[in-house]
Amino acid sequence: MSPFLSVRDLRVGFGRDPEINPVVRGVSFDVAAGETLAIVGESGSGKSVTVLSINRLVDFGGGRIVSGSIKLTRADNSILDLTAATELQLTKVRGAEIGMIFQEPMTSLNPVLSIGSQIEESFRLHRGLTGKQAHAAAKDALDRVRIPDALRRLNYYPNQLSGGMLQRVMIATALACNSRLLIADEPTTALDVTVQAQIMALLAELKRETGMSMIFITHDIGLVAGIADRVMVMQNGLAVEQGELNQILDRPQHPYTQHLLHAVPHFASGQAARTDGKRSSEAAPAVPALRVDGLTVRFPVTSGIFRRPAGAVHAVEGVDFDLMPGETLAIVGESGSGKSTTARAILGLTKSTRGTFSAITQETSARRSQRPVQMVFQNPYASLNPRLSVESILAEPVIAAGGRLDGRTRERMSMLIERVGLPINSLDRYPHEFSGGQRQRLCIARALMLNPAVVVLDEAVSALDVSVQAKVLELLVDLQREFNLAYLFISHDMAVVERIAHRIAVMYAGQIVEIGRAAAVLANPQHSYTQRLIAAVPTVSRRKEHFELDTRQVPSLVRRLGFEPGPADWTHFGADHKARAEAPTHLQTAG
Amino acid sequence: MGYLTRRLVTFPLVLIGVSILVFVAIRLVPGDSITAMLGTEAGLLTPQQRVALTAYFGLDQNWLVQYWHWLLGLFRGDLGISVAYGKPVLDVILDRFPLTLELAFLSMIIALAVGLPAGVFAATHNGRPSDLAVRIFAMIGQSTPSFVVGLLIIYVLSVGFGALPTMGEFSPFWQDPLRNLSQLIFPAITLGLAFAASVTRISRSAMLDVLSDDYVRTARSKGAPARSVIWRHALPNALIPVVTLSGMEFGYLLGGAVLVEKIYALPGLGRVVLDAILQRDYALLQGSVLFIAFNFMVVNLLVDLAYSALDPRIRLGER
Repeated sequence: MSPFLSVRDLRVGFGRDPEINPVVRGVSFDVAAGETLAIVGESGSGKSVTVLSINRLVDFGGGRIVSGSIKLTRADNSILDLTAATELQLTKVRGAEIGMIFQEPMTSLNPVLSIGSQIEESFRLHRGLTGKQAHAAAKDALDRVRIPDALRRLNYYPNQLSGGMLQRVMIATALACNSRLLIADEPTTALDVTVQAQIMALLAELKRETGMSMIFITHDIGLVAGIADRVMVMQNGLAVEQGELNQILDRPQHPYTQHLLHAVPHFASGQAARTDGKRSSEAAPAVPALRVDGLTVRFPVTSGIFRRPAGAVHAVEGVDFDLMPGETLAIVGESGSGKSTTARAILGLTKSTRGTFSAITQETSARRSQRPVQMVFQNPYASLNPRLSVESILAEPVIAAGGRLDGRTRERMSMLIERVGLPINSLDRYPHEFSGGQRQRLCIARALMLNPAVVVLDEAVSALDVSVQAKVLELLVDLQREFNLAYLFISHDMAVVERIAHRIAVMYAGQIVEIGRAAAVLANPQHSYTQRLIAAVPTVSRRKEHFELDTRQVPSLVRRLGFEPGPADWTHFGADHKARAEAPTHLQTAG
Repeated sequence: MGYLTRRLVTFPLVLIGVSILVFVAIRLVPGDSITAMLGTEAGLLTPQQRVALTAYFGLDQNWLVQYWHWLLGLFRGDLGISVAYGKPVLDVILDRFPLTLELAFLSMIIALAVGLPAGVFAATHNGRPSDLAVRIFAMIGQSTPSFVVGLLIIYVLSVGFGALPTMGEFSPFWQDPLRNLSQLIFPAITLGLAFAASVTRISRSAMLDVLSDDYVRTARSKGAPARSVIWRHALPNALIPVVTLSGMEFGYLLGGAVLVEKIYALPGLGRVVLDAILQRDYALLQGSVLFIAFNFMVVNLLVDLAYSALDPRIRLGER
């Protein structure tokens, strides 16, 4: 039996002369009917360009297929070479036989069209359905992706739904006409872990139901283990290795595959947690670098012409923790849980409603600066001003703190540039001359210019490729030891957290629901949300696992005026591990 | 609707602000309306006559009292008497306004009918010679002053066709539509060309942005043909800046277009304002500027309402 999709020696280039510098340089692979092929690689490896060539969307991004063939067996058993297909043929293949979903569900749906009309469009284009028929078909499509209350949701606009819901809508649209091939380009990268698990479960179920083939692109080898039959590893536009799932994961042949597998932070349920914590040792410093007590952030909700306060969004509610010098506290939780708001409040970027926090400098003020808290942000591409040289960027915090660009400052710049592993001539250069990982090193150097006591790292390694991520994490650990820094590390990635955290605080709906020693929290989670969070982490060891579909949603954080939550009721588990007692209605079930 | 109510509350406040500004500004300009009105004959006035005239127009009172009287009149729908035209200010304005409104409308229709398709065409042919041609035309259209375009049109008409645009007494649309259009079509083209050039440029750049958005790629991945991708998925998302620009230009045009009115000998609002300034006609200037500001605010309100119709993310109630 010939394969359902057969790609041979595909070469794709961009620009005026695509043959000179191809991005994809001779890739061949087959996908059998009902099979899932995972394409793994870091950014720039050509994996997205490869799949965009299959439905020829690459043409619209300025790319051109230079040579090779992509043979698709169509529904009527004829074989079509997609590289030679006309645009008219392609519009009949796209959406009808090949569906595609993308990384950013938030931006991949048209903001001015209702969900319903966007799903109906597929039926209109490929089935000729109109009016009521199309509407009914769209409702069925939403039902199929397990969106509760589908009929009402058809009239929603994309801005009214969460990322996970939107990705379901994308899947519904892509599969509306029973496409036999679904191309999923990093479909869960932008989503929270628990939502990711639900989308993966949905894809697995739909695959079983429809027998479709799937090409699944990801940089996360943990996800591959859960869904793929076969794996192809790409590097620099070449497929360096491909084969059966178990073969690739257990006996990788190519050094790059081995490197990738090694670099990926594997989640080990707390076994890989750091053991150099200061708390457990005898010589524990008594004074914390940062103490947060009852931090509360509320945003008012108003109504009416006169904007009377009608209630408040309780974004952060009564958060307490302390952070010792040389210690990392990781705050984990999904988007909307209040973890970033907590960080912003500590930095003074958001006004706190109540509560105190103090960064205590136990050393003399000559060594520690007056601004003891500094921050590193998630996106190194957006957080460096492209018009400033590296020298000006590093001088910025010093000048902002009232210092001057003198010999001492320059000395510290050179020291830090070298320390974060950048070439010494970097100071005269501009951010665009650096890669993502290098930029994040620059951001770290900038944060350290004032010799802070506490560094807040808000998803600081999330945007980086895995091998770069591993190196930046190593650097962070080294710097922490060297300068006795306290890290407040905010992340959604449990595997990364396991590598860097001494302690973990789990946030849910604005509150800390569990906090304690990293090893204890990860190995023995007590709160039901922590348990769910950890169960959702994909790992290489869990192969072809069946995820449970779960439609529970985070409860609304909007409360009526004057609402005050009751005092927290903590249950202790061991010396440094406690979890909040759960009220029966704490986790609401939606739909 | 909370937003609308709030806007309507701010309306009179802005208008009072504008009126105070104009009231003070015109009185700071040297010269007085009596002298301006009578021209050289002003020298023949006896001091008693001058005082009497000044008192007749109420110009002898102090500014606060003058302003208060004007404000009271305003609430009765009385904007005062124009010194220059010898008629109630409101009559002068309402005489001229239909022409200005129609001219602004025609110009906008021409601008959108030409500019929008041209911009979309240029965006979808980005980087090709046809795109370059559209961009050059747009650049020329935008940088050529309207009086040059107007004179060129008259020149071409008279030399090429031996005809002139219809001039003389203006006939409103409801009296003689054909004559009305023949009077206004060339002025409208004159004003519409520069307007169209701006629309072309802004719709081109907005479309270029939108065409690289993720949801356009999604539409293509669904198998939507190019026509549907451009007109159904991309264009509605690119319309916000076009609506902003059109609203603004339309608002300006409602204030009259002095040069074009002059070239085509049209009695529009622009010349009323100019006359009012030149003749120190306080009442007329205050009235017409207030009227123009009011129109501008109405247009802006309509533009805001158009946003929410175009984009469900813009909820006017919540901001």
